[in-house]
Amino acid sequence: MSIMVTPGSDGRFGEFGGRFVPETLVPACQELEAAFADAWSDPMFRSDLDQLLHEYAGRPSGITECHNLSRKLGIRLILKREDLNHTGSHKINNVLGQVLLAKRMGKKRIVAETGAGQHGVASATAAALLGLSCKVYMGEVDVSRQELNVFRMRLLGSEVEAVTSGSRTLKDAVNEAMRDWVASVETTHYCLGSVMGPHPYPYMVRQFHRVIGTEAFEQTNELLGTTPDYVVACVGGGSNAMGIFSGFIDTPAQLIGVEPAGGAAVTRGQPGVVHGMKSYLMQDEYGQVAEAHSISAGLDYPGVGPEHSYLASIGRAHYPTVTDDEVIEAFQLMSREEGIIPALECAHAMAWISREAKNMQGKTVLMNLSGRGDKDVGQMMSILDGLK
Amino acid sequence: MTGKIESALRRTIDAGGKGLVPYITGGYPGWVDSVRACAANGADAIEIGIPFSDPVMDGPIIQQSSQVALNAGATPISILQEIRTLDVDIPIAVMCYYNTVFHAGHERFAESLAAAGVSGAIIPDLPLEEAGDWCIAADAAGIETIMLAAPTAPDARLPLVVARARGFVYSVGLLGVTGERSELSSTATTLAARVKKVTDKPVLVGVGVSNAEQAVEASRVSDGVIMGAAVVRRMIEGGSEAVGDFVSGVRKALDAATW
Repeated sequence: MSIMVTPGSDGRFGEFGGRFVPETLVPACQELEAAFADAWSDPMFRSDLDQLLHEYAGRPSGITECHNLSRKLGIRLILKREDLNHTGSHKINNVLGQVLLAKRMGKKRIVAETGAGQHGVASATAAALLGLSCKVYMGEVDVSRQELNVFRMRLLGSEVEAVTSGSRTLKDAVNEAMRDWVASVETTHYCLGSVMGPHPYPYMVRQFHRVIGTEAFEQTNELLGTTPDYVVACVGGGSNAMGIFSGFIDTPAQLIGVEPAGGAAVTRGQPGVVHGMKSYLMQDEYGQVAEAHSISAGLDYPGVGPEHSYLASIGRAHYPTVTDDEVIEAFQLMSREEGIIPALECAHAMAWISREAKNMQGKTVLMNLSGRGDKDVGQMMSILDGLK
Repeated sequence: MTGKIESALRRTIDAGGKGLVPYITGGYPGWVDSVRACAANGADAIEIGIPFSDPVMDGPIIQQSSQVALNAGATPISILQEIRTLDVDIPIAVMCYYNTVFHAGHERFAESLAAAGVSGAIIPDLPLEEAGDWCIAADAAGIETIMLAAPTAPDARLPLVVARARGFVYSVGLLGVTGERSELSSTATTLAARVKKVTDKPVLVGVGVSNAEQAVEASRVSDGVIMGAAVVRRMIEGGSEAVGDFVSGVRKALDAATW
């Protein structure tokens, strides 16, 4: 039997998950749950989605063995190249699935939240392709540190609204997207960007990203003749990690989800409820949600998807943290050694591997390179200038 | 057993009147005076918001007042302490988001409300399917859990929601978050009529009820109204005096109307 949970109508992964939304949204979540179940078991929907993933997004994504870093670190490092997908990250897998589903449900419009802008760009892209209108909510802080992605979304025909409430980052963009959805639910689908939120999102988004793990399992098996010793991914909400973990959950591979020290929901949080889900959450002594602080806009989130909380609670996956300084180092390391500029989010996974390599000598390590770093070079340029 | 909030509303309704429940953000500077002003000017009960960092059901006015209250150091404990010493003779409900309840623990939170003299609770992100454990703890502590009925609910869902409701049924006035609107949404009266059909409990319309005229319009179908952003905006702009004037105006309009 698989460790992987298929949640029932209560949306639970162990004690985590659920559907903590305003009453107005309950029927919409129920409708989505039924529509997804129907679509996922419909061969026509699956073949439409597979065709889009192949012809439009460029799947399957390859794997790359990092010979230089492997030599340097004394491990065998393999990257799953989600950075090579259309729009530059894994986010397209989920978005093509959700927008196709939204169309099937007769919705005319999608709303989305975004942190680094990767999910926003992917949503804007899928909306342009499939003919839906799209509005993206993005924290004001992120709008200024990811201005190229803001321009991309607008170029793709989407409206981008800067969110000025709260910490003005990803958490507040989710609040604002949910507020929009409460008012527009009859015509609009909320295209949530990670394995979080109310049921069925954590389950549905994981299913849309399973393709990462399914491919990587076959690819590493072909390369290594076995499964890797470690599977490592960065975790904000945790969609790229759930995608790759899903391929290895029933293997002996150690699953490592790397969180930023300033947004370490599993390490520093307690069970709590926000954004429709019960999960580990950074909060104060009264249950006020803490503001995350990370160099990476995509990981600047005080919560984590409920399935990660579940995997942590049963000890199947581990969630260490890395500091911003380690991330800056790893960003440069991968660029210099392999000629691959990673997204700052993925540089978290690289930072952990680099730090822990001494304890993994001779081991095989699969890292999900979930996005490319082009969007981050402006920010890194000023950071590195500042360090001089 | 009928709780204090339902009893207070029934007294007004049985006398041929309509219920009026204003909302005040707890912890906002001067909020206690605004609560007194509501009580002195014809409110039947009062809803006191416990500010939360991520209020997804609230629009700009209540978000802003919550943030000011949080910045001023408001906590659930400090607000309940002030409620405990509050000298008003109408029943009090708190409005809070579920993490405030969950973090404290259901039993502990319900008991702390009761100890502070609070009669009811409104938890806008705790829908029926997730509410069971809290409702048991609330019932045990004598706290009336006011359930929300939404315009999107299919007919089959409404009887389940009203069966779980205590105090009154909060009939959500529109598709959207709290805040003032230039007109009362047509969904407000449509839903209130649907809810009235399936329950004998008081049914009050809230969210988007913005002035005396809209309060009267909504009350043509419902047993009264909850008014939030319209009251809070006056608290922000003119303090407790402006709140008192506004509540008094709505009360007079409701009392003057013929039903």
